[in-house]
Amino acid sequence: MIGIEHYVVVSSILFVLGVLGIFLNRKNIIVILMAIELILLAVNINLVAFSAFLHDLTGQIFAMFVLTVAAGEAAVGLAILVIYFRSRGTIAVDDVNRMKG
Amino acid sequence: MHPILLIVFLPLLAAIVAGLGNKQLGAFPAKVVTTGALFAACALSWPIFIGFLSGASEASVVPVLKWVQSGTMTFDWALRVDTLTAVMLVVITSVSALVHLYSWGYMEEEPDQPRFFAYLSLFTFAMLMLVTADNLVQMFFGWEGVGLASYLLIGFWFRKPSASAAAIKAFVVNRVGDLGFMLGIFGTYLVFNTVSIPEILSAAPGMAGSTIGFLGHRFDTMTVLCLLLFVGAMGKSAQLGLHTWLPDAMEGPTPVSALIHAATMVTAGVFMVCRLSPMFMTAPTAMGFVAFIGASTCFFAATIGCTQWDIKRVIAYSTCSQLGYMFFAAGVGAFGAAMFHLFTHAFFKALLFLGAGSVIHAMHHEQDMRYYGALRKEIPVTFWAMTAGTLAITGVGIVDVFGFAGFYSKDSILEAAYASNSQVGSYAFWLGIAAALMTSFYSWRLAFLTFFGKPRWAASEHIQHALHDAHGHDAHDTHGHGSEEANAPAQEDAGHDAHHAHGAAAHEGTGGYHPHESPWVMLIPLIVLSIGAVLAGYVFSHAFVSEGDGEFWKGSLAFSEHLIHAMHGVPGWVKWAPFTVMAIGFVIAWYGYIRNTRFPAAFAEQLGPIYTFVYRKWMFDELYHYVFVVPAFWLGRKFWQIGDVGIIDRFGPNGAAWVVAKGSTYAQKVQSGYLYSYALVMLLGLVGAISWVIAG
Repeated sequence: MIGIEHYVVVSSILFVLGVLGIFLNRKNIIVILMAIELILLAVNINLVAFSAFLHDLTGQIFAMFVLTVAAGEAAVGLAILVIYFRSRGTIAVDDVNRMKG
Repeated sequence: MHPILLIVFLPLLAAIVAGLGNKQLGAFPAKVVTTGALFAACALSWPIFIGFLSGASEASVVPVLKWVQSGTMTFDWALRVDTLTAVMLVVITSVSALVHLYSWGYMEEEPDQPRFFAYLSLFTFAMLMLVTADNLVQMFFGWEGVGLASYLLIGFWFRKPSASAAAIKAFVVNRVGDLGFMLGIFGTYLVFNTVSIPEILSAAPGMAGSTIGFLGHRFDTMTVLCLLLFVGAMGKSAQLGLHTWLPDAMEGPTPVSALIHAATMVTAGVFMVCRLSPMFMTAPTAMGFVAFIGASTCFFAATIGCTQWDIKRVIAYSTCSQLGYMFFAAGVGAFGAAMFHLFTHAFFKALLFLGAGSVIHAMHHEQDMRYYGALRKEIPVTFWAMTAGTLAITGVGIVDVFGFAGFYSKDSILEAAYASNSQVGSYAFWLGIAAALMTSFYSWRLAFLTFFGKPRWAASEHIQHALHDAHGHDAHDTHGHGSEEANAPAQEDAGHDAHHAHGAAAHEGTGGYHPHESPWVMLIPLIVLSIGAVLAGYVFSHAFVSEGDGEFWKGSLAFSEHLIHAMHGVPGWVKWAPFTVMAIGFVIAWYGYIRNTRFPAAFAEQLGPIYTFVYRKWMFDELYHYVFVVPAFWLGRKFWQIGDVGIIDRFGPNGAAWVVAKGSTYAQKVQSGYLYSYALVMLLGLVGAISWVIAG
């Protein structure tokens, strides 16, 4: 029987993978966007699992919102990425360091 | 409305109009407003004085405004008019009005005239406030106002470093005296519980003989108070020790010197001592000290006057010496005689200064008498005016017949000193006689060097400058004048020797320069003052120092009938002594500067170090330089280097700046610009926040 613990473990693993993907990744920004996607999905799994387990639809509705926001975030993020590539000619994370004091 | 309100406040109003109007108003309206105000004040002052002279007027107090009401201390702005004030009113307003008029001519080329005239009027207002004061605090207001205005006027040519330095010196030296005056006022309030002058004076005799404790010692109350107040008077009236600012004040324009020396500023000390004379009478020790300082100053300043070459400096030391006369007269109890000398001195000293200004004007701002000579024919009006002034200051006159102004006042002072029959009185008498001899000598020396002999103008740089300048007078820069004068005594000394040894023959002659007589606006004040210098003594001596003295003063100053009787009983030789020494001084000056012009230099050489000592003004400037100025600079530098830079700056502003700079360097390192490091920080923050929530 697959219990709530399994869902929580899977989502935790996905979450940690996503977080590590953000700051261990030195290659390119697309991977960061994907990592963010991963984090959001991990949260979604949590929400849906608990929703089913607790018989409360609020969690599933919230998951729909998260998906919507994730789609929007991906669209905006990719748009920025394209503009950035056009102006700088690279999307390597190591070269993106203009945000310093 | 009482006329005194107009007399006092018209000059203030004029100063405000001219001062605030300044460049917008223009020179001419500023001159008209200030001069007009002063002449109006003068015209209003004389009837008051004549009222007191004829005995018709009574002392009165005109209230102006409430001022301070704090516990037991209450005092108001009020103008006091009595005989003493009336005398000062005519002196101040007359001299000031004439100086204003004179400045029309003297300051003609000056670009900054409204400022000058505003200062002059402000100066007059402050002095009027001082002499009309009904309480000590109001007197102190005028006292400080005079100090401020003198600072502004001495430093009028503020682009000239020596003028700025002289202004600061005058201010700082006066500050020393003012400290004494302030302590005197505090002490007076402590003892009498009031600052009102009439109340203090009526309570003073009751306090005679009481003592006051300070630092475990008991002192005689009245002696302490009078000495403190007298320190203030010493500062303002340039008495021995605090006199060093007066000769340096020559850096100001000449009309200012006339105003400072004749009417305002230096007479304030004498006036204050006379105003508080009933108080001084209760402190014989302090009176003795006043007489001692006065007599010493009188002698000391006269010796220096004999050696100086700068025409204004000679007259400046002469003022110092004459103030000494006034103080020792006050010190022996002859306050009427002191005020009389103040009165006559105002006329002839203003005359001498304005005359000197006229000479300087004619000689293209040359002030060194060694480059004068033979000006008698070139500037006859100035010559006659200066002669009248010289006759007055040297005290020419025949006993019981007629004399010039100084004759009456100086003789009555010397008689009073003799008649006081005390040790310090005879000290003052003999020094006064010696000073009278020197007064005669240096005054005639000045006259002979300037107006007689052969012209020696060609050697003067100022004259050279005038001759080589195509535009002559018009292009002359008034700011630059006198920059090379007596600031370097050693240099001047050398110049003097050279001049007398061989320079005279080589440079003799006019150099083709033609001195021009001053315009009429400058000559009219000279003529008016000449009349004063000739007649002031003869006309007013009866009122000021005769036996009916008490009637004239009406209790406005301490008056000793006994002393007046004694003065009339002095032996004949005492009456004739001043005349005799005056004649001797005249003969010596005539011999040295007309008959045998090589004699003075030879005599000076004979005296050697003594001459140098006197010529360098008894080394007072050098002494003060090493005793006060150098340590003060040293201390100031230490405070600056250790206290200011080392502690306050280091741990204060600089320390704060260092912390911020250093901190931001570290903060900068955190901001690498890499996304992943920001994400890491965010994560750490998140972890921190969650653990805080869970643990909390």
